[in-house]
Amino acid sequence: MGEPADRAAELCDAALAGDRRALARLLTAVENRTVAAEAALRRLYPLAGRAHLVGITGPPGAGKSTLVAALIAELRTVGRSVAVIAVDPSSPITGGALLGDRVRMQSYAGDHDVFIRSMAARGHAGGLASTSGAAAAVLDAAGFDLIFLETVGTGQSEVEVAAAADTTVVLEAPEMGDEVQAIKAGLLEVADLVVVNKGDRPGAQRTAAQLRAMLVASVPRNDAHHHPRPKRPEVLVTTASTGEGVPELLTALDRHRAAGRDGSAEAARLARAEHQVWAIVSDRLRDRLHDPGRRAVTEATLHEVAEHRLDPYAAADRLLGSLGWRD
Amino acid sequence: MATRPIKVLIAKPGLDGHDRGAKVLARGLRDEGFEVVYTGLRQSPEMIATAALQEDVDVVGLSILSGAHMTLLPKICRLLREQGLDDVLVTAGGIIPDDDIPALKEAGIAAVFGPGTTIAEVADFLRANVRSRD
Repeated sequence: MGEPADRAAELCDAALAGDRRALARLLTAVENRTVAAEAALRRLYPLAGRAHLVGITGPPGAGKSTLVAALIAELRTVGRSVAVIAVDPSSPITGGALLGDRVRMQSYAGDHDVFIRSMAARGHAGGLASTSGAAAAVLDAAGFDLIFLETVGTGQSEVEVAAAADTTVVLEAPEMGDEVQAIKAGLLEVADLVVVNKGDRPGAQRTAAQLRAMLVASVPRNDAHHHPRPKRPEVLVTTASTGEGVPELLTALDRHRAAGRDGSAEAARLARAEHQVWAIVSDRLRDRLHDPGRRAVTEATLHEVAEHRLDPYAAADRLLGSLGWRD
Repeated sequence: MATRPIKVLIAKPGLDGHDRGAKVLARGLRDEGFEVVYTGLRQSPEMIATAALQEDVDVVGLSILSGAHMTLLPKICRLLREQGLDDVLVTAGGIIPDDDIPALKEAGIAAVFGPGTTIAEVADFLRANVRSRD
């Protein structure tokens, strides 16, 4: 097999040349956070940044996977390549997972330009797996035009996908709540597009009208550039199972992407970079503090906090101090 | 990295009308700590091989009740091999007569689990026989 870096280079070369098996293996390495994966990501990151990353989130059963399937079909009719990362939860008890999103997204056997990958969240709580963003970067470097990041079924505040995607679509089902639900902070706030799916159900248009009234009502302030501004998402209605409204959704996605190119997406890209880099800094700090020479001190410090003999701030200062960090 | 979960694809090739057994197995393996990708009913051999490749699974578990196992299962094994997935463990379950098992093993099916097999037996077999990969 050779050294991890050699192995990574081999897999990268093959994946970039269009070998889907090498791509799948690379994604496994990323999920398992192997040494080879880090080497591969270093090599691939400069090649990424061209794909349109679209987050699809919403409550369980709203139709996320069915909508992604309908979007894949629509994209293929116009010849655009597409990859999907579909995340489902891991059991907090056994670590096992049932990844069922493929049931709605039948594999396009023989179509080289569709790639669907299921991922278990593996204990990560924000709606994605901790490695979903890195997996998206690999697919981006491999040259897919669009990449869908489908979250686990979310509740009110799993907003992490907004940092990982260029465009965030929040799915709602008809009659899921009243106008007060629509003005609560959280999931709907991060939406660039809100989609009321199951448009053939009674109440779909009314739900969309309520959402429009509440979400679009926010008036931008004149001093908006000094003040974090709520998004004003477009509200669409789809019936994913029949494809109704899906071409319009694709148009809206493209429009959002084009608008983002004018500069409004710069903040989102910076937020994503920050999120990625801080996550790595935090992982590396943790690894350092657990290396054999420091582990005993680190664990003793954590015990002191658990027993309320030391406050957590003093503990953090002590641990950072043990790494030679002083302010 | 220490112990990553074993990833299993549970698939139903052919025209079976129901998938209760496959779902019970998928859920049972989840409870045994496996990451289980479930694809649903009426999968062609090509769809199953594509899913196994994209998901980079360690195991493909095929559930079949229709009687078409002698056609479909060897074809799936062949497609997996053709795509370079020769290190994937392939097992079968459902309604498969004992007389057919030797030929299926010859074709590449590592084990056939008939009615009455417990989830624990399947899980233990997979843990013992899955090929270790980097």
